[in-house]
Amino acid sequence: MPQDERTLTQSWENLAKTLQEAADSASGFAADAGTIITESGAHSEPFIITGITIFILACFVGYHVVWRVTPALHSPLMGLTNAISSVIIIGAVIATGAVSGSGFSSFLGFIAIVLASINIFGGFVITKRMLHMFQKKG
Amino acid sequence: MATLSSLAYIVSSVLFILALRGLSHPETARQGLHFGMIGMGLAIVTTLFAPQVDGWVWIIIAIAIGGTIGTHIAKTIEMTSLPELMAAFHSLVGLAAVCVAGAAFYNPEIFNIGAPGDIKTASLIEMSLGLAIGAITFTGSIIAWGKLCGKISGKPITFVGQHKLNAMLGGALLLMIILLCWTGSAFWFWLIALVAFALGVLMIIPIGGADMPVIVSMLNSYSGWAAAGIGFTLHNNLLIITGALVGASGAILSYIMCKGMNRSFLNVVLGGFGGDDQASGAAEDFGDRNANLGAAEDAAYIMKNASKVIIVPGYGMAVAQAQHAVRELADILSKEGVDVTYAIHPVAGRMPGHMNVLLAEANVPYDEVFEMEDINRDFAQADVAYVIGANDITNPAAKNDASSPIYGMPILDVENAKTVLFVKRSLGSGYAGIDNPLFFEDSTMMLLGDAKKMTENIIKAME
Repeated sequence: MPQDERTLTQSWENLAKTLQEAADSASGFAADAGTIITESGAHSEPFIITGITIFILACFVGYHVVWRVTPALHSPLMGLTNAISSVIIIGAVIATGAVSGSGFSSFLGFIAIVLASINIFGGFVITKRMLHMFQKKG
Repeated sequence: MATLSSLAYIVSSVLFILALRGLSHPETARQGLHFGMIGMGLAIVTTLFAPQVDGWVWIIIAIAIGGTIGTHIAKTIEMTSLPELMAAFHSLVGLAAVCVAGAAFYNPEIFNIGAPGDIKTASLIEMSLGLAIGAITFTGSIIAWGKLCGKISGKPITFVGQHKLNAMLGGALLLMIILLCWTGSAFWFWLIALVAFALGVLMIIPIGGADMPVIVSMLNSYSGWAAAGIGFTLHNNLLIITGALVGASGAILSYIMCKGMNRSFLNVVLGGFGGDDQASGAAEDFGDRNANLGAAEDAAYIMKNASKVIIVPGYGMAVAQAQHAVRELADILSKEGVDVTYAIHPVAGRMPGHMNVLLAEANVPYDEVFEMEDINRDFAQADVAYVIGANDITNPAAKNDASSPIYGMPILDVENAKTVLFVKRSLGSGYAGIDNPLFFEDSTMMLLGDAKKMTENIIKAME
C-alpha cells in the first residue's frame, strides 16, 4: 500500500511540475510577446517607453522564475546571475571593435571586456562546479 | 541585419530565463546552466557581427585574458570562500558597467545616442544611472569582500551623522546628474563616478559581518540594475531584460534573508547591528548558571544509541571546514541504523544557500538536507540535535523573550529534541551578542572545541 501511495504522490508531483512549467513558459512567452510588440512600435515612440515596458515585463518574469528556485540552489543562482549580468560585455565589444572615434573609449571597452569575461567564465565555471556536487542518494 | 541581431538577442534573453528556471530543481539545474552559456555565447557572437564592429583582435585578446583569469579562479577557489568570491565578482560587474558608461560617453556615435559633447539628454540620464549604480556596486562589493574574507574587520563601523552624510551624497549625485545633462561636460561625469564610489564604501562599512548574506544578495541585485541602466543607455533590450532578471533575483534573495532574520531591509541597510563574529571568549560572566560540559566520548555514546539525529550546521562549520568530518560522522551513524538528516536555516552561513553547497561538496545527498519549514516539526521526534557552528538560529529567546534583539526571528526548534549536542568554541554569545539560554538547559550538552576536531574526536570514539 505505501508503495502505491508513493507512486500516486509522485504522479501528482509530476503533474504539478508540468503545470508549473506550462505556466512559466506562458509567462516567458508573454514577455517575449511584449518585447516583439514594443519593438515593432519602436519607430513611432522614443526608446525610453519601449525600454521601460520591456524592463517592467522582465522584472515580472524574473520575480516568478526566481521564486521557484529551490532554496538549496540559492548559491548557484547567485553564480549564474553573476555570470549573465556580465552580458554588458556586448556594450564593451561594440566600444572596443569600433574603428571610428575615440581611442579612450576603445580602451575603456577593452578593460570592460576583460572584467566582464572574468565574470562570465568565472561565474559559469563556479556554478558548474557547485551543481556537479549536488547528488541524489545512492 | 539589425532585425536579425535583435532576434538573436531575444533568443538569448529567453535562454537566460530558461537558465534561471532550470534552477527550480537540482536535476534540471545543469541543463539550465547550459542554456545560460549558449545564451551568452549567442549574445557575444551576434555582437561581433554588429555593423559598428570592425576589428576583432582586441576583443578576442580581452576575452582570452578575462576568460583565463576567471576560469582559473573559479576552478581553484575553495568552496568555503564562495561568499567572498561572489562579492568580488559583483565588484567586477560594477566596474565593467562604469567602463561601458565611460566608453559610451566618449564615443556616443557608435551607440547612436548623439555626438561627443552633444549626447541626447535622455541618454545622459540613463548613462549616469548605470554609471552611479555600477560605481556603488564596485566599491560596495569590495568592502563586502574585505569583510567576508577578514581583510577588514567584520565589526560595523559607525560614526555620528553617517546617515545624514549618505543622504547628502545621494542628493549631491542627483544634482550632479542634472548638471551633467545641462552641460554635457566630462567633469561632471567623473565627479558622479567619484561620489558614487565614496557612497558605495560608506553604505557598506556600517554593516556587520553576519548581515553579509543580505548585503551579498543586495549587491547581486545592484549589479543587475547597473546592467539594466547600461541597457537603457545603449538601447539594448537584451541588457535591459537580463538586468531586470538579475535585479529581481537579488532582490528576492535579500528579502528571503531579511525574513530569515525577522528584520526589515531598511534595518539591515542602515547597519550597526552585531559585532565581530569571533565570539569574545570565556571571559564572560554567566552568573550561577551551569552548562553541562561533555566530552567526545559522551557524544559518541549518545548518538550511537539514538534512532534519529538531526544535524544543524552553521557558519562555524564553514570556518572550521568541518563538512567532510560531519559527513563521515553521518555515514557511521547511518551504518548503525540511525536516521540522519540535516536542517538548514535560511540565514545559516554567509550567503544564501551557503550550507547546502558545503554539504554537497562533502557528498551529502541533497535529499537528506531539509529547509527550516520542512524539518522544524521533526525535532520533537529526534533523539539528538547536533548543532555545529550555529548559535543564534537556534536561540529560543527569539521565541519567548520579547526583550531579546532577535525576538521574532524564526529559529530551528532544536530545543524540542531529547538531547541537544552543541559544538562551539566557547560559551560566548553569537554575532548578535546575545546569550543563548539553550546552553544552560538540562537536555543540552556543550562540546567545547573546534567544530572539525570535535567531530573527528567523536568519530574516533565511535570506532
